[in-house]
Amino acid sequence: MKKQNLKAWLYLLPAIAFLGVFMVYPLFDVVIYSLEEGYNSASQSFFGVGLYNFSYVLHDPYFLQAVKNTLILVVITVPVSTGLALLISLGLNSIKTLKNLYQTVYFLPYVTNTLAVGLVFMILFKKTAYSDGLINLLINFFGGRSVDFIGGPYWAKMMVMCIYTVWIVLPFKILILTGSLASVNQDYYNAAKIDGTSKWRTFWRITLPLISPMLFYLIITGFIGAFKAYSDAVALFGVDLNAAGMNTIVGYVYDMLYGNSGGYPSYASAAALILFSIVFTITCVNLRTRKRLQF
Amino acid sequence: MKIVLEHVTKRYPNRNRKIKTEVIAASDLNFEIPDGQLIGLLGPSGCGKSTTLNLISGLEPPTEGRIYFGETDVTDLPPEKRGVGLVFQNYALYPHLTALQNIMFPLQNLKGENRPSKQQMEERAVETAKLVQIDQLLERRPKEMSGGQQQRVAIARALVKRPGVLLLDEPLSNLDARLRLQTREEIRRIQRETGITTVFVTHDQEEAMSISDSIVVMKDGAVHQIGKPQNVYDDPVNLFVAKFLGTPPINVFTGEVKNGSLSIGEEAVLRVPGAPDGEVSVGIRPEGFVPDENGAFGCGLDRVEIMGRDTSVVFTHPLMENEQGRAVISAELAAGLSGDKVRFSLKPNKTHLFGPDGERIRFDI
Repeated sequence: MKKQNLKAWLYLLPAIAFLGVFMVYPLFDVVIYSLEEGYNSASQSFFGVGLYNFSYVLHDPYFLQAVKNTLILVVITVPVSTGLALLISLGLNSIKTLKNLYQTVYFLPYVTNTLAVGLVFMILFKKTAYSDGLINLLINFFGGRSVDFIGGPYWAKMMVMCIYTVWIVLPFKILILTGSLASVNQDYYNAAKIDGTSKWRTFWRITLPLISPMLFYLIITGFIGAFKAYSDAVALFGVDLNAAGMNTIVGYVYDMLYGNSGGYPSYASAAALILFSIVFTITCVNLRTRKRLQF
Repeated sequence: MKIVLEHVTKRYPNRNRKIKTEVIAASDLNFEIPDGQLIGLLGPSGCGKSTTLNLISGLEPPTEGRIYFGETDVTDLPPEKRGVGLVFQNYALYPHLTALQNIMFPLQNLKGENRPSKQQMEERAVETAKLVQIDQLLERRPKEMSGGQQQRVAIARALVKRPGVLLLDEPLSNLDARLRLQTREEIRRIQRETGITTVFVTHDQEEAMSISDSIVVMKDGAVHQIGKPQNVYDDPVNLFVAKFLGTPPINVFTGEVKNGSLSIGEEAVLRVPGAPDGEVSVGIRPEGFVPDENGAFGCGLDRVEIMGRDTSVVFTHPLMENEQGRAVISAELAAGLSGDKVRFSLKPNKTHLFGPDGERIRFDI
């Protein structure tokens, strides 16, 4: 038994070593950075130890804006994308002809580069002094007035950001959900049919509970993914996100490290730890609800 | 409620689209299941018995023919309007619901006046659970129950709406041998107590024969014989039915009828008055052999297996379909058997003749 254990640990050693060097050590390092006040990376010196970095970050209007943006993004895109994916999967599952074609079409965005999709979105939504994008042409057609979605009001930018995020995360969710819907044993549906169960009730009482493990997986990973959003914002609004007012928490961390105002690893570390604690808390809450609902 | 099938046929398009021919899952089924009986649909896998069950339940529409419950034509009715209870082979219990919730599920689907109050639903569910003796386990989820218990929950769920017809698809195939014996008695008891017309599908002839009022033997989508289990066993209409029923199976030899006498090889083994001359397949039930020093039928003796109550004699014969045959005789008669030869005389009522097409050839006993 003991020998076996030793062998097992030996097999695990490479992974543990890598994780230790590239995950655990930096984690501790981040905690240390975040507590060192006035750290200077050039001279490797600091004034003292304390919570000033956290206080600074939490009072920084840019950070607060980033938190607000990220929260709006999470609250809107996770339910919307999961719900949409479920609807589309149910549709895909119930058609027979051209099913494969539609599945491929819905999966295409997943294999497309994020920045390329961002470019397409910019073209669709943009408005310059001389020309309108397709969306604005449509708005004009229906008698509305052009809106500058990329450089205009906050709600317009937020809307584009949300649509873009939903668009990006949708294919993966559809893929997972069509798979889990197809794996529900047909006998459950036959049994429901014999008992005269209405379509609505079949969905709520049978289909949904049976695919709920996958749904939970998607919601949890969706939350985590949305909290870590950054490249999507860059794809749409460029690298100076603070100026556009569309920064995210990860974007703020990046800016603190390398941006125009960069060179503040301590602030970056503090912000990263705040993000970590938010994601951690929400994931714990999610897992708890999941446990209660599990069968 | 009696069930009548009239010229019911079910055809599917072939899976492989390049093949234009259709698959016939059930062809021209005609039979009547009398009210309150327990009927076993019996046949090898792929014979169309599950299709027949699905046709009766309404999960699949027939291509041709009509189905009646009592006097009502239900052919075009959807399953929920037919008033059937169906127990699936894998039970199909909803895994996220407790036994009680599973049993109550069909009642909760009812609408309008038919919908019982919450309390009535629970009362009826508990009542049905008592009938199948699982009223102690109502709070458990399917995962927390044994196969036999899940089976009972599935039966309770099928019965709770008090359907006119109960259908069971291979109800015992997922249970271990001991539980299978127990559960089949249980199904019989529940059927007797409720008096509900019941059809169950099985590929196990012993199962079908032991509890059915009648059995329907099927092969390749067609009904071969219908009747009381004992009658079908004693008087099979063709070679397939004869071979399919009985353990140990019937022993089949090639023989010839000439002038009312049956011979296997050189030996004239039995008088078969009334049978036309020609080549025949001879099926002899294991209990049709009587060891007899002066018997007409000689075989090679392989070994004698003692099974307590009776003894089975394993013998060989060059004209036999299988390598070894089996005769079951009483233990006293087996005492004298030794050496490598054995002689039998044959019981005429246990010896059946079949023509080259497999159809039964009758003779006067």
